[in-house]
Amino acid sequence: MDEIFGIPAPLLFGQLLLGLINGAFYAMLSLGLAVIFGLLNIINFTHGSQFMMGAFVAWMLLAWAGLGYWWALLLAPLIVGATGVIIERLMISRLYKLDHLYGLLLTFGIGLMIEGVFRNEFGSSGLPYRIPNELQGAWDLGFMFMPIYRGWVVVFALACCLATWLVIEKTRLGAYLRAATENAALVQAFGVNVPRMITLTYGAGVALAALAGVLAAPIYSVNPQMGTNLIIIVFAVVVIGGMGSILGSVITGFGLGIVEGMTKVFWPEASSTVIFVIMAIVLLTRPAGLFGRA
Amino acid sequence: MEMNRRSLLAGAAAVAAPLSRARAQATTLRLGVLTDMSGPYRDTTGPGSVVLTQAAASEFGNRGFNVEVLSADHQNKPDVGANIARQWYDQGVDVILDVPTSSVALAVNQIAREKNKVFLNSGAATSDLTGSQCSPNTVHWTYDTYMLAKGTGGAIVRTGGDSWFFITADYAFGHALERDTANFVRAAGGRVLGQVRYPFPATTDFSAFVVQAQASRAKVLGMANASTDTVNTIKAAREFGLHRSMKFAALLMGVMDIHALGLESAQGLMLTESFYWDLNDRTRALTQRVRAANQNRPPAMVPAGCYGAALHYLKAAADMGAAAAKADGRAAVARMKAMPTDDDAFGPGRIREDGRKLHPVFLFEVKSPSESRGPFDYYKVAATTPGDEAFRPLAEGGCSLVRS
Repeated sequence: MDEIFGIPAPLLFGQLLLGLINGAFYAMLSLGLAVIFGLLNIINFTHGSQFMMGAFVAWMLLAWAGLGYWWALLLAPLIVGATGVIIERLMISRLYKLDHLYGLLLTFGIGLMIEGVFRNEFGSSGLPYRIPNELQGAWDLGFMFMPIYRGWVVVFALACCLATWLVIEKTRLGAYLRAATENAALVQAFGVNVPRMITLTYGAGVALAALAGVLAAPIYSVNPQMGTNLIIIVFAVVVIGGMGSILGSVITGFGLGIVEGMTKVFWPEASSTVIFVIMAIVLLTRPAGLFGRA
Repeated sequence: MEMNRRSLLAGAAAVAAPLSRARAQATTLRLGVLTDMSGPYRDTTGPGSVVLTQAAASEFGNRGFNVEVLSADHQNKPDVGANIARQWYDQGVDVILDVPTSSVALAVNQIAREKNKVFLNSGAATSDLTGSQCSPNTVHWTYDTYMLAKGTGGAIVRTGGDSWFFITADYAFGHALERDTANFVRAAGGRVLGQVRYPFPATTDFSAFVVQAQASRAKVLGMANASTDTVNTIKAAREFGLHRSMKFAALLMGVMDIHALGLESAQGLMLTESFYWDLNDRTRALTQRVRAANQNRPPAMVPAGCYGAALHYLKAAADMGAAAAKADGRAAVARMKAMPTDDDAFGPGRIREDGRKLHPVFLFEVKSPSESRGPFDYYKVAATTPGDEAFRPLAEGGCSLVRS
């Protein structure tokens, strides 16, 4: 059997694929963050809690309303997105004129409170959520055993990333959004309701986080801490990709997933550190990030 | 008149004096529950440990001293835990209980010894607390890595699982559990084909490790981790089809983890615990007493350990005098070791000179969904090991308190 750096090649390919799957989560989460930062200039530290809420809403829909995974995929982002709209209207919108730091502190605080409420209500050890019947089972790829659900996650996440990028870069709505970030007053003068557009953008970013939460529910334990570990990595992804750069966050998300996957093979103890090492190097050499405009 | 008033005052003073003396004599023993209130071990320890410690305090109150129960969150960080422990001991807390997360427990263990206070550990697993790090101020009550390794690891090796791959949390607890289990596997003629140590607590996805385990072609997947990590590992392992070729050895798993995983995924798992709420009449009676205060859930193993440990400490304090127990933590622990233990959670038992509490240990098999009568009805007893055999022999621990 061929070996690469002492690791059998099939195992290495398998790990590359798994890295890509984790990258899909990073990409979806960092995409939402990048959209919110790019258009609102808010560093949304509530994102991890909103990811967690997505998974919990999926569980609630199943346990309380009998609505399964496919309904959750549609409804959970809408429900969590609506809570995002409320948070933006009531609180975040008051901070746009202030320094970034205030938005960061506010969203961080809200995130901690949401997590605390869920922990009090549901405990810390989590809730079970099954993989939907349609996506049960696995493919034998020859070099590895590939669960169908994980394949679905990659495909779905890629489609979401592509759709978001298309909306922002190629549509009239996206053009308004981009114009509003450059000069809000001018866009408003043309008759566009800029505050409402910003509110809905925040809601959409939050909905993306919730969507990632629904995708995660069948494979990770649904528990209040589930967003906390992930979100720190996702912030590193956004910083490496370049704050606010949508394409950058997607490419970096998938790329770092692969780097992390490789680290898990060669030096597993360092797999949570490697992303931050890369972040430090990128910040020292390209402070605006790999895809950011300085 | 003048005389009268004076004698009245004197009389009043004479009445008041013994009262105030009596008040001065009523020593207050302070029990501090230092636990995980906000992290992954909250449900298996946390508020439950506080409730069960309070239950012990109220059952054994009114014996000439007062008991006060405090609680704090150590966030699973050794520095945070050590700071709170120092502060508590300096401010008159006599006993620190629970302390899950081995790295935090080892830090508190040092501080209790330095300040001559009492440390009753229930939540941490590392067998070093009664081995290389043993202390005359510490009792390790509920379970430890050696007993888990022998219970679950030993049972699986006996049924033919002779080649292992470990997925290990990269900190004191995971290392100790992996080491103790690997020793059993090798002693029984088995082999360890590999291990992977993942960063704790920053790991969410275990698929990469599960696939490495699969590639090792070992017969047994040893999970030297706990709580959410174990749940995520089992989920990933089932997803990648490991259950078809490998046996799962969840070396530390409890009722709350089974609840989180769901019986469908958990059925058939073998696991080791020293307490289960539905074990006998005494455990059911205890469950009945605390259920309402415990968020309407039966107590888990670690909180039950806090109950037993707190109750036994209070008995020892009543026996030697609360003031004496307060003044000298080492003497209080020595008295605890001298007295036989008995409580509703663990039945009769004793504390060994290295600080190890001995009681029976159970190997449980998780029920299938059809066998279970409802939430928390999860276990069948597969085997019972008496305390003397379940824990590490006294001579093998390397504890300096043991006279050779």
